[in-house]
Amino acid sequence: MSDNPIRILIAKPGLDGHDRGAKIIARALRDAGLEVIYTGLRQSPMMIVEAAMQEDVQVIGVSILSGAHQVLVPRIINLLHEKGLGHVPLLVGGIIPENEVDELFQMGVTGVFGPGTSTSDVVALVQDVIT
Amino acid sequence: MSLIKQIIDGDRRALAQALTIIENDDHSSQNILTNVYRHTGCAHLIGITGIPGVGKSTLINSLSKLMRKCGDTIGLLAIDPSSQFSKGAILGDRIRMKDLLGDEGIFIRSMASRGVLGGLSSTTAAAVDILDAAGFDRVIVETVGVGQSEVDIASNAQTSIVVLCPGLGDSIQAAKSGLLEIADIIVINKSDYPEVNLTKSYLREMIDIGSAAQTSDAGEQNAISDINEKSDTDNCVWEVPIITTVATTGEGIGDLFERLLAHHDHIKSTGEIIRRHRSRLRAIFESRLRKQLYTKLSQMLSEDYWLRQLEVIMEGETDPYTAATNCIKHFETNYIGDED
Ligand code: B12
Ligand SMILES: Nc1nc2c(ncn2[C@@H]2O[C@H](COP(=O)(O)OP(=O)(O)OP(=O)(O)O)[C@@H](O)[C@H]2O)c(=O)[nH]1
Ligand SMILES: [Mg+2]
Repeated sequence: MSDNPIRILIAKPGLDGHDRGAKIIARALRDAGLEVIYTGLRQSPMMIVEAAMQEDVQVIGVSILSGAHQVLVPRIINLLHEKGLGHVPLLVGGIIPENEVDELFQMGVTGVFGPGTSTSDVVALVQDVIT
Repeated sequence: MSLIKQIIDGDRRALAQALTIIENDDHSSQNILTNVYRHTGCAHLIGITGIPGVGKSTLINSLSKLMRKCGDTIGLLAIDPSSQFSKGAILGDRIRMKDLLGDEGIFIRSMASRGVLGGLSSTTAAAVDILDAAGFDRVIVETVGVGQSEVDIASNAQTSIVVLCPGLGDSIQAAKSGLLEIADIIVINKSDYPEVNLTKSYLREMIDIGSAAQTSDAGEQNAISDINEKSDTDNCVWEVPIITTVATTGEGIGDLFERLLAHHDHIKSTGEIIRRHRSRLRAIFESRLRKQLYTKLSQMLSEDYWLRQLEVIMEGETDPYTAATNCIKHFETNYIGDED
């Protein structure tokens, strides 16, 4: 494998203003040597997918604490497929009730991370899906 | 070859993939650059630089919106610093460029500086060429938030905009003169803050002193021809405008755009654009050469030899200065002429 840094997009979809988790994850990934494109708050699924395409990232991570993941995640996944980016792994973090986690996996999400996630687990998974 | 055609034809995903190849300097990078090169030269290359947090990204957001209204398409490169320790980076310029998403006439790419200190990354110039070849009317580069000497953008852009803000007072004098030297246009952003006029008059004074120094330098020689050619030289001199803006509301952006167009016309009509083109090509050529020489050198001298030198330095048998010279000598005697 090359020693070029992994590029990852971290985004906050929808109207959800809780950005501490996303910022902590972004920082941890940076400290692990990744290049993190951080888009900030209030991104529509379209904006996220468009940014992922322009930035040609290898992984996408979204942080959702608003409870709207069941609406937002399928939209993002559909748009990714439309743009020919269906192969890019999508990680979802935030407040995801236990009984809805499987549903996200079935939609095609690669990883789900709730409160108390250790950042080293996230880093390990990202490095794992890339290699 | 098809990736190259796709780039020229405006396929955005191909463009994004090409930029990755260029940035990582993958083996196909040279081929792409060589083939797009003859499609370059049409875009207006604009550099935007200034101290961290002064509002460069926000300014680009408002300026680009206005440019789009006028029908121009825009390719944007936003450079942010890499961590010296982890080599990772947080690229956050997009946070301020929200209004530019979902517009097919704009393409934004974030790049990490990857260890380079001049305000750009080592592949920024090549990435500019790719965006130029892709047909964008204006290619804008936002540098890393810089201090005073990180002025690589000057040799990469046709028009350099230096962004400052009020409240810098006379500290501008000492600290920011390297930056001011490269400015074609100066923007005082955040002019909703106090002290705008003070900052503006400080800047005006500094620039006037600068150009007075230049004129008296050339003084003797030009004294005679001056009388006849006065009106001519007047046309040739670009007076650096100082524009006050509030990037968050768009105030002053129209003014900025106007001066930007005027500067582009100015360098075209005076031939300055050719001089800048030449110095840009020179910078790219030299940095390519430097990079390839170093790569070649480290490939040919084995890693063993490399490490042995370090050991010898560590043991005090030689110093790093002599060791470097010895490396080159070793290279010359053992390899040059041996090839092919
Ligand atoms: C702090 C907080 C706020 C702060 C937010 C400050 C900020 N800038 O972030 C303030 C006070 C503003 C706030 C407001 C509101 N909040 Co609030 N808030 C919280 C609280 C207490 C903690 C969130 C937090 O910061 N945690 C610390 C971070 C580090 O953890 P985290 O975000 O979970 O992130 C970790 C993991 O989830 C994961 N992760 C997160 N994102 C990602 C992304 C990726 C890619 C990966 C890999 C991992 C990952 O890794 C992180 C590190 O471990 C939670 C309750 C809770 N205990 O979670 C409620 C909570 C999220 N808030 C809630 C609500 C309802 C609101 C309000 C609507 C309240 C109101 N009626 O006004 C508003 C809405 C604001 C808005 N615009 O969205 C609810 C959400 C309910 C739901 N989802 O069903 C919660 C769950 C409280 C509750 N139990 O009801 N809130
Ligand atoms: N009051 C005021 N705030 C502004 C103005 N322009 C930008 N800002 C704010 O200044 C902060 C930094 O703006 P950015 O556009 O990110 O600055 P930058 O120069 O791109 O920053 P770096 O890329 O980190 O060097 C943001 O919070 C902006 O909203 C302005 O004209 N007035
Ligand atoms: Mg910026």
